[in-house]
Parts: sequence; C-alpha cells; structure tokens
Amino acid sequence: MALKKDFVKFDKVDKSYDGKVLVVKDLQLDIEEGEFVTMLGPSGSGKTTCLMMLAGFETPTNGEIYLDGKAISSIPPHKRGIGMVFQNYALFPHMTVYENLAFPLRVRKIPKDEADKKIDKALSMVSLQGFASRMPGQLSGGQQQRVAVARSLVFDPQLVLMDEPLGALDKNLRESMQYEIKHIHENIGVTVVYVTHDQSEALTMSNRIAVFNDGKVQQLSSPDELYEKPVNSFVAEFIGENNTFVGEVSDISGGKCKVKIANTDILANPISVKGKGEKTKISLRPERALINPSDQMDNIHSGKIEEVIYHGDHTRVRINLLGNNQFILKVPNSSANLDIKLGKDIKIGWNSEDARALDPS
Amino acid sequence: MSSETKQILTTDGIPLEVSLKKAERKNKIKAFLLVAPLLLFLIITYVFPIGDMLFRSVDDKMVTQMLPKTFKAMETWDGQELPDEEVFAAFHEDFIKLVEDKREGKLSTQLNYTKNGFKSIIKKLRRKSKSFEEGNYKEQIMSVHKRWANVEYWRAIKRRAPEFTSQKYLKGMDMYVNEEGKIVSVEEDRRIHRVLWLRTLEIAFFVTVFCFLMAYPIAHLLATLPMKYSNLLMICVLLPFWTSLLVRTASWMILLQQQGIVNDFFVGIGLVADDNRPEMMYNKTGSYVAMTQILLPFMVLPLYSVMKTISPSLMRAGKSLGGTPFVAFWKVYFPLTIPGIGAGCLLVFILAIGYYITPALVGGASGTLISNQIAFHMKSTLDWSFASAMGLMLLSGVLVIYWLYNKLVGIDNIKLG
Repeated sequence: MALKKDFVKFDKVDKSYDGKVLVVKDLQLDIEEGEFVTMLGPSGSGKTTCLMMLAGFETPTNGEIYLDGKAISSIPPHKRGIGMVFQNYALFPHMTVYENLAFPLRVRKIPKDEADKKIDKALSMVSLQGFASRMPGQLSGGQQQRVAVARSLVFDPQLVLMDEPLGALDKNLRESMQYEIKHIHENIGVTVVYVTHDQSEALTMSNRIAVFNDGKVQQLSSPDELYEKPVNSFVAEFIGENNTFVGEVSDISGGKCKVKIANTDILANPISVKGKGEKTKISLRPERALINPSDQMDNIHSGKIEEVIYHGDHTRVRINLLGNNQFILKVPNSSANLDIKLGKDIKIGWNSEDARALDPS
Repeated sequence: MSSETKQILTTDGIPLEVSLKKAERKNKIKAFLLVAPLLLFLIITYVFPIGDMLFRSVDDKMVTQMLPKTFKAMETWDGQELPDEEVFAAFHEDFIKLVEDKREGKLSTQLNYTKNGFKSIIKKLRRKSKSFEEGNYKEQIMSVHKRWANVEYWRAIKRRAPEFTSQKYLKGMDMYVNEEGKIVSVEEDRRIHRVLWLRTLEIAFFVTVFCFLMAYPIAHLLATLPMKYSNLLMICVLLPFWTSLLVRTASWMILLQQQGIVNDFFVGIGLVADDNRPEMMYNKTGSYVAMTQILLPFMVLPLYSVMKTISPSLMRAGKSLGGTPFVAFWKVYFPLTIPGIGAGCLLVFILAIGYYITPALVGGASGTLISNQIAFHMKSTLDWSFASAMGLMLLSGVLVIYWLYNKLVGIDNIKLG
C-alpha cells in the first residue's frame, strides 16, 4: 500500500478575517498519509485558523485545500469525515460516554451491534472500558480527554485534527497523555494534524513539525532537525533554549565564517549569511558549549560566572561571555564538575559547526 | 470501632460538637438579624394579608354569629317539615337583636346569596316584628309572608349554620349545593366561570407557545452575535421593561384598533377592504398580541442565559462528527437549552395565567381572563370572599403546574439566569 505524499495539501492558502490583515499568508503544506504533523507557534500565528480551514469551520480567502486529492473548500464540515478533538474536549454534556461515542456512528446509520463493537474498541484503545454509562461531568479532565480522543476515532476517519487537546491538563497528566496519543497514532496509522503552542509536546509527539509565525510556516521538518538545525532565528529562539550573539560577518570561506563580536572574532557555521559585512545573529544551544574544553574545539573563550542555579540533575550556569551576560550553560550533575563557583573565570568552548549564523532579526 | 464512636474532645475537654455550636452561634445570630427586617416585612405585608384573604374565602361565620340561637335550636330539626315553635322563637329573638343593632340588612344580603327572595321578606319581617305579640312566633312569622311558611327558605337558613363553607369555590366552578345537599352544576346558560377558566388556560398556553417561538431565535442571536451587536439587541429586548405596562398596552390599542395604524397599513397595501377592516382588538387577538409582546422578555432572558453557557465548539463537534447542521442542532444544542425553555415557559405561563391589565384594556368581552373576573368581584360586587376563593383556585392551579413541571423536567434543571 503506497502512502500518499500529499494526503492533505494546502495550496497557496490565504486567510483574512477582516479584509485588511492576512492571518495566513500563502500557505504551502503537504502532509503525508499516516503522518503526525504538528502545527506549532505562538498564539496569533495562524495555526488554529489553518486547522479550522481544514475542518471546514473557516473558508480560505484564497487558494485551495485538498484532502486525498479532492478539493474540499466547498464541502461542508459534516461531509468531510474528519475527526476532531477540541481544545475543551467539547463532549456533549447531556449524553453518556456511550452516547457521545455513538453519535458519529448513529448519524452514519451504522447498525447497533456493529456500532457497539466499534465503541468497545475505541474505549479500550484509551483504556476506559467500563466508563460507557458515565456522564462527562463525572469524569476527570484526563478521562474526558480520552473520551474526546476515542470519539474522534470511533468512526474510523482517515484524518484526525487535534486543537491543543492537552492544554487544560496538569503537567504530569499532559506528559502521559502525549505518549498515549502517540501510541494510538502508531497503532492505528491514522493521519494526525495537531496544533499546540507547547514546543516540548510538539517535539515528543510529531513526525514533522510546522513552525508557524506571523501567518507563515517558518520551518517544516522533523523534531531533531528543527532543534538542531533551525533555519532562522525565530525558529532557533522558539524551539528550546538558545544562546545568541549579534555581530557582523568579517570573513566567509570554506564553509565557515568569522563573525566579529565585541572586538573578538568567533567562528560560526554560515546558514543564512552570504557575504562580508552582513549583520547576523549566532545561535548556539546551551548543551553544545562545554566547560574546560579540549583543544580540538575551534572556539575557546573565557567568561565570568554570574549565577549558578541548581536543578537537581543539572546545574544552569549564567556566564558573561563576550559582552553577553545571558549566556547559559547546562552542566550535568557529575562529580567531574565541582569547580563551578560564583565569580570565577572559566574557559568555554564549542565547535563552529554548532554555532549557526542566522538572519539578524 | 470504639475509637470511632467515642466522643471527640477539644484540648479544653469540651465535646467538639458543643464547642463547634458555640463558635457558630454568634455567626448564626448575626445572619438571622441581617435577614430579620426583610422577614418581618414579608410576614406583615405578604403572609398576613394573603392568609387573611384566603381565610375569607372559606369563612362563613357572619351568619353563624348573627343567628346563634336559631342554629342552636335547629340542631335537632331534620329539615323535612317546617321547624317547630322553638326555632321560630329563637329566630325571633336573634332577629330582634339584629334589628336593634341595625344589622338585619347584612343578614338579608347574606341569606340572599344562598337563596333569592330573602331580601324582601326580611324587610317585611322587620316592619311587622315591631307589632309582634309575645308567644306563638311561628304563626306570627309565617303570616308575614308566605315564603316564611315555605320550608325551603328555612332549609336555606340552616345551610348557613356551619362556620366554614366551600360554597365560594363551588361557585367558582359554576357549581352549587342544591336543596338536597348535593353538588350540582348550574344551568348551561348561566355558566360563566368555567368558560373563563378554560379561556385563561388557553390564552396562557398559546401566549407561552408564541413567546417561545419568537424568543428562541432572538436568544440564540443574542448569545452568538459579537458583543457590539448583541448589546444593542439586548437593549431592544429590555426596552419594554423601561416603559410602563400601561403605556405599552395603550400603544397596542393605537396600533390595533379598527382605524389604527396596522389596519390602515393593511388597507393601504390592499390586503383588506376599507369597509371591512378586521377587528384586532377587544377580542382574543388583542390579548394574544399584546400579552405575547409584553411577556416576551421573560422568555428571552432565561433562554439567553442558558444559551450563553453553551460552548460553540459543541455545535462544531456535532458537525465534525458527521451530523448535518440540523442534527447537530436537534441532538446537541436543543437538549442543552431545555433548562432555559423550562424556565421561560414556566415563567411566561404563570405570569400569563394571572394577567390583568392588558386583557382588561385590549381583551374586550371575549379576551378577558379569570383575573379580570376576580378584580370585578373585588371592586364592583364587593364579594371579597368569592374573589379570594378564585384567587386561591388560581394559585393552586399554578402550584399544580409547578408540581407537574417538577415531575416532568425537574425543578433543579431550571435556570433563570
């Protein structure tokens, strides 16, 4: 069975609510069949609007959305056959869990015994057997969440949309639900489009992540690539922790560039800089910089420890380095690193490969 | 087990419950004192007057107290033949006392309620009684008028002996206790109250239905429109509340009368002929139109407050799960609005069933309700006991409806705001 590369396709989609501001700009996005794609971005970045257009509750101002090769802009939501999990679950409060799950089957006129089998299967998938006769109000937040997931899957849709489904749960429950949803996705192979503003949620769950900002997809790639190889400074700063240096390119050659910061040159990896004299922002992950580095590293500078914060498994160290006093280091809590004291000068090194010279914005 | 049943003591050795009560007592007294003025006000202005009015509806002591000796003497009378001298003598004694107090007129009015024809013979008895001789009162009284020799009139007097009566309630249902003491309906052409009760129920029912049909879309619009428009619409809904009820009703009179604006408009667009203008006022139509408009906000507000709490994502969920917009509305949205519908319908129905001013002004003869009849007896015939009897019947009717509603929907499900 060949999986379609463009099972869901956004083709040059624009969306504006008031005719003045574009909320979504020229969106071009292909989603593969069976994939788990997350739309990640700050609030107001247009990600939920995209989801609503896909579900059919908003119409694109321009462009077209294709589902399995068919243009769907003129198909009303109830005929699209897309499962959806809403932010506040949207369980029908006057129906039992069973009736909630039976709703999509009943409107499709599926015979009762077959429907009962499907409901059983869906409930066992979210491990809620025996809860069928409860009312949603009698369930905890996490259980309601599972019911919402089961309901969106019970009628075997090809595509399931999830709109910040874990936003209302506490941290521990959220994490366990992340794994649960991920496993359900792996087991049944349904295509999932997931919207969240929580980057760790996106990183743990997705096959691919589309980072939204200002109505545009900034980067669409796998979680590891997104984290390790951000293509612009927005993505670098939005995903994970990040140390930045702002400077000017003084030399560029052989896949490396020299950037002048506070009268010192550092070596960096030129991603979006082309020539000498350009302004740039260098992004370096805290865990890629080491204390007391070996000599092989091509960037070694010294700085003063300004703050030490104990985190149990690691220690965060804030250092004043090359005029940037917000430089963060993560030091693993091992016996080798006991010499970290406030006010001490230490040597810090990193590979020029990991220091990505991005756009200056 | 023993530790569970053992009394828990505070560190000072006082039982915990006693200590708790002591600590709470001050707050309880404070709370009671805060509500005491209102409680007193309610008792004085609400419980007492209404209780008194209700008592009046069954109170029949007046005649009992006017003729105490007569009724005592009548206790042994079987009511078949004319009573014997003893009763007549007692009646004479009571009557002379009433004449001295100038209260015989009241007696005649009261007895006349029971049986027509008492008024004139009591007047005559008063005149003649001045020249009565002592002894043999039976002969003397019977000679005053032939009705005094009619056993039916004496039976009528005996019927007034009990201190309490259900007669006013029976009258409210167009029934009475006949000569044999059976409860029967009055003749067909004299039944007025049953028609009124049925009409009251009918008008209240249809006004509720019309209000519901109109209020539901308005409330839905109010709950879903953006704030800026919904506020304006809310003002339009509430505007009638800021206008006097009389003014609103009078406006309907201007609009609905035969030479009124609505009729002029119909003639203008050629819907009706100028010489055949429909009567839209002084009949049921007038009551329907005006009452529906006036009671509409009472339906809109509870519906709105319920609809406001229904998340729009529920309808979306219904649609995304494959329900057509109608199915999503009918299976998801509508059931969730039932508490509001219940509250609105109950409110409007109860208000409509006791409505007074509007039907009195625009209802005419065929559009008046039971409350107009109550007012009529309060103001014109001064038969307050009958008026309060009908008032109590109306109240119990409303309570029955409330009880039914509680059985069917459950009063806990109601939401007024």
